[in-house]
Amino acid sequence: MPGYYHAEDLARFSSIGDHAPELWQKFSDWYQSVFAEGALSEREKCLIALAVAHAVQCPYCIDAYTQASLEKGANLDQMTEAIHVASAIRGGASLVHGLQMRNSAAKVSL
Amino acid sequence: MSLHSERHPLAEAAQQLHILQSCCQSQPRFEESLARFGLHPLRATAIETLQVNLGKFCNQTCKHCHVDAGPDRRESMSRETAELCIRALRFSSIPILDITGGAPELNPHFRWLVEQAKLLGRHVIDRCNLTVLLLPSQSDLAEFLAAHEVEIIASLPYFQASHTDAQRGPGIFAKSVEALRRLNRLGYGMPGSSRKLNLVYNPAGAYLPPAQHAIEADFRRELRKRYGIEFHSLYTITNMPVSRFLEFLLRSGNYDRYIQRLIDSFNPVAARGVMCRKTLSVGWDGTLYDCDFNQMLELPVRQGLPRHIRDFDPMQLGAREIVVGQHCYGCTAGSGSSCSGAITK
Repeated sequence: MPGYYHAEDLARFSSIGDHAPELWQKFSDWYQSVFAEGALSEREKCLIALAVAHAVQCPYCIDAYTQASLEKGANLDQMTEAIHVASAIRGGASLVHGLQMRNSAAKVSL
Repeated sequence: MSLHSERHPLAEAAQQLHILQSCCQSQPRFEESLARFGLHPLRATAIETLQVNLGKFCNQTCKHCHVDAGPDRRESMSRETAELCIRALRFSSIPILDITGGAPELNPHFRWLVEQAKLLGRHVIDRCNLTVLLLPSQSDLAEFLAAHEVEIIASLPYFQASHTDAQRGPGIFAKSVEALRRLNRLGYGMPGSSRKLNLVYNPAGAYLPPAQHAIEADFRRELRKRYGIEFHSLYTITNMPVSRFLEFLLRSGNYDRYIQRLIDSFNPVAARGVMCRKTLSVGWDGTLYDCDFNQMLELPVRQGLPRHIRDFDPMQLGAREIVVGQHCYGCTAGSGSSCSGAITK
């Protein structure tokens, strides 16, 4: 992660709370609850996070949820499939907007 | 190839300890983490397991091996030392003999040790790498273990070949499957069978193992579906920053992050239940240690205690203060790690 992003910054994520500690605390508590085992297992949540990390292209999240997915027992087959899901939705989201294009074209066409 | 035969600096325990201790300047020492929860000094509560390491000779050279075992290693327990181990069992009530290595079955006194411990009515565990069961010289080993009701704890890092072979060597997974099928045919691992077959998962890299119950369910489902293999329990074991795994951590640039991960994941409940409190470890030359990891770091039991199996004294050793170091964070991270898997289930 050369240049703009620095891998070691991930470890000091909590310092973002320095000028807004209450907001950081609320975020931390909520974040922890979100990833706790519930209707979905911790592993399923990690795989969702890994997929979303690729969709939003956050290098910190990719590092964090690659490690977390492995530590929850996911394997590379499952992690790769999760990323394909993210990619399919990204690609599909572009493609389905083609209908907007068609609608717009229809509106201005004879 | 072992670090020993490469003449790698990390083949020396002193060099490993130097690296592990040099991180202390910026990180809490293990003793400090114990003290925060009233656990320092850490003391043994009893000796429930005599864990005997028969030597470093092995038919495999796994990348994470904390023993630095391999076909080139020649350290091997003598009959005289094996007899001292049996004498220690005879003059104590230690219920479990846990035999490890290297590949302990390749020690010429392995079977004698098993037979003698069984005659004393002790439970015997064999820490088996599975492929040893397929060696031509060991064609009757599985039957021997079954006849003596030896519990088998077998290494199988994953239910996929790629993960397993990456850690243990090309083709090891296929051989392991063949060995497991052989054990199943003898009743090992079958539901309700007294022939216990437990598997060991450990991560194929610089990360902590998953929850034992979660990965056990995966192993059971996948091994049954893909290969028709049954087993009793799965134990998750954390890779210790010792020997070859330490070398990997340093070479791959993962060392600092992994050690920090272990420290950040310190779990006092796991610390309270660490295996060294109930185990005494015997080296191939008869030296006594608090655990197999201390053995590889050449950290014998504390000065003033009997330090050789010939001087075994269950009273003194059963309440001993345990020698700890930064590597001990490997046993207390997350759910904890022991030779019987996670400490907190």
